[in-house]
Amino acid sequence: MSATWNGTASYIASPDLRRIVNASIALQKPLLIRGEPGTGKTLLAQSISEGLGMPLLTWHVKSTTKAREGLYVYDAVQRLYDSRFQDKDVSDIRQYIHFGPLGQAFRAPERVVLLIDEVDKADVEFPNDLLHELDAMNFTVTETGDLVEATKRPIVIISSNNEKELPDAFLRRVLFHYIEFPDEALMTEIVAVHYPQLDRELFASAMAVFYETRRAEGLRKRPSTSELVDWIAALLAAGIGPDGVKGEDGIPFVGTLVKRERDLAIVRDLHKPRRRW
Amino acid sequence: MTAPTGSTQSTPRLPFGRIFFGLRQAGVRVSPTEWMTLMEALASGAIEPDLNSFHAIGRSILIKHEAHFDTWDQVFTAVFGEGEMPVNITDELLDWLETPLERPRLTGEELAALEQLDLEELRKRFLERLEEQKERHDGGNRWIGTGGTSPFGHSGVHPGGIRVGGEGGGKTAAQVAAMRRFRDYRNDRVLDTRNLAVALRKLRRLNRVEGEPELDIEMTIDKTGKNAGELELAFQPPRKNQARVLLMMDVGGSMTPFSRLVETLFSAASSLNHWKKFENYFFHNCVYSRLFKSMTSGEVDSTAELLLDRPRDTFLIIIGDASMAPSELLSANGAIDWFERSETSGLVWLHRLRAHFSRCVWLNPMPREHWRGYTLEVIESLFPMFPLSIEGLEEAVEYLVKKGSPDPIPELDPRMLRV
Repeated sequence: MSATWNGTASYIASPDLRRIVNASIALQKPLLIRGEPGTGKTLLAQSISEGLGMPLLTWHVKSTTKAREGLYVYDAVQRLYDSRFQDKDVSDIRQYIHFGPLGQAFRAPERVVLLIDEVDKADVEFPNDLLHELDAMNFTVTETGDLVEATKRPIVIISSNNEKELPDAFLRRVLFHYIEFPDEALMTEIVAVHYPQLDRELFASAMAVFYETRRAEGLRKRPSTSELVDWIAALLAAGIGPDGVKGEDGIPFVGTLVKRERDLAIVRDLHKPRRRW
Repeated sequence: MTAPTGSTQSTPRLPFGRIFFGLRQAGVRVSPTEWMTLMEALASGAIEPDLNSFHAIGRSILIKHEAHFDTWDQVFTAVFGEGEMPVNITDELLDWLETPLERPRLTGEELAALEQLDLEELRKRFLERLEEQKERHDGGNRWIGTGGTSPFGHSGVHPGGIRVGGEGGGKTAAQVAAMRRFRDYRNDRVLDTRNLAVALRKLRRLNRVEGEPELDIEMTIDKTGKNAGELELAFQPPRKNQARVLLMMDVGGSMTPFSRLVETLFSAASSLNHWKKFENYFFHNCVYSRLFKSMTSGEVDSTAELLLDRPRDTFLIIIGDASMAPSELLSANGAIDWFERSETSGLVWLHRLRAHFSRCVWLNPMPREHWRGYTLEVIESLFPMFPLSIEGLEEAVEYLVKKGSPDPIPELDPRMLRV
């Protein structure tokens, strides 16, 4: 396996993550990625596809998604419909088979990167239903008896938000990496990608407020990288200087950092002077 | 590289086995499948010959939850702590490949999985790799070293056998592991609203009920066929969570240190919006004839009415430290509150709750090792008690939704009560 991924200009990966991605490619095992929202789980697959020059197929999993839909969907209702009006040859069942992302990845002539995004959103049994297909990289279309087999095993990246526990049998077959929330050093690099010209003082005080807010206890949704980036954009647009980041009236544009009403109250309290008895 | 130092010699098992069994002893259920993947990674060179690489990739193969990362770091430190490298990996891998079935504590299922793996094939590849290395004499970019040569003769490796410098900012894997950065992700630690909500989501009872109907394709085809090809659609009601949850929380004085924790669980439960019905009540030290609907307004509901009204299959979750003066639990008029005058003792009320609700648990915010005291023991004999932590809550939920008939209700010994 000659392909080696080293991150890309727009995606900064830790050495551990690089090692693990390359090991999962070499071992031909799916890579399960978990982490707080906003730590770049989805972007990782994009970066691997860019870095290795392979097309990216994405399967966005929803609460109603069934494992089979990733392979193919047999549109029985359409066929029934067509048979009623007899304007098509309904005996050719293949025209009613629509391949899902997994089916497309297997059928692709070249090696692709397949992202199964937010696998934990679906039913608890969903990952188990995919075990065989991910192991053997083939499946049979029951309606036609056709075997769909991957000629080039796709690189499979699976992201999870930990909404549901994943089954053990599934976990045994994958490699796992937890993306930690970026520390200040890494965050500095990430922000630099977005705002190369950012004033250092403004950045330093923004970071201080950001991490202080993140540390606040009881937040339902702690601000993540994307919120920080948005917030800095708002600060820049309003022309706020380093001193204005934590002014008398609290944090400007605090709504870009925390979105929930209860969280807002917590953050406002946090920056008020402490009451003494 | 010289012979292994004292600590390696004194333990019969070589480092890799110690990692495997160290993890399993620490409660991380590493399966043989995962272990064989690790062996394959070592044999195929997917893991580079340095501890940083082993630390990262080994973890990704063996550990599947960030809650266990800390255990991995600890076991890793225990095994490679002094920066010692396994000197004779070859022997150990071969040893393991030859006699994997002698290892204890594998379930039947795991053994079956192990037998299906092609050990011979793995062994062959491993030996080939070894052979290749002997010929090339580079001795450095593979894990496997042979007797007398340095196992990791990479330039820039210090005598301890760990690569220093380079990527990772100069910290060796052992040092990184020793920092235990993932301590905060441990399962046994109490976690935030979201994690509690995740655990609570498993509390459900799915049934098909009224609601926006879903297209039933099987039935549609069937009906259309019977209808001579004239399309006829069939629908069925969707599956909905029918679970009812009743939460009772102790807000008594000894519970004050845990108020944030209880509040977190409460907000997780109330934000979930996932059950058919969710109700919560408060009490002070023990449940008596009345339960408070809110902590401030003093609005109350009668416990007896609750016992009449609420369906028996409602999930009852009581949160409390179960610690109080024995009289509060056992005596008539035992309540600590002046206004609470109940001829019936707290224990009898608790027993009535236990007898009415077929599925109930008691969550105790104190860690299990602090569970002692008379009243706690009495209550624990009545209610299945779990610690109020992520793992405890998961256990409790698992207990609540478990199939089969509920546990028998313990008898109340009237001699315990003080009239």
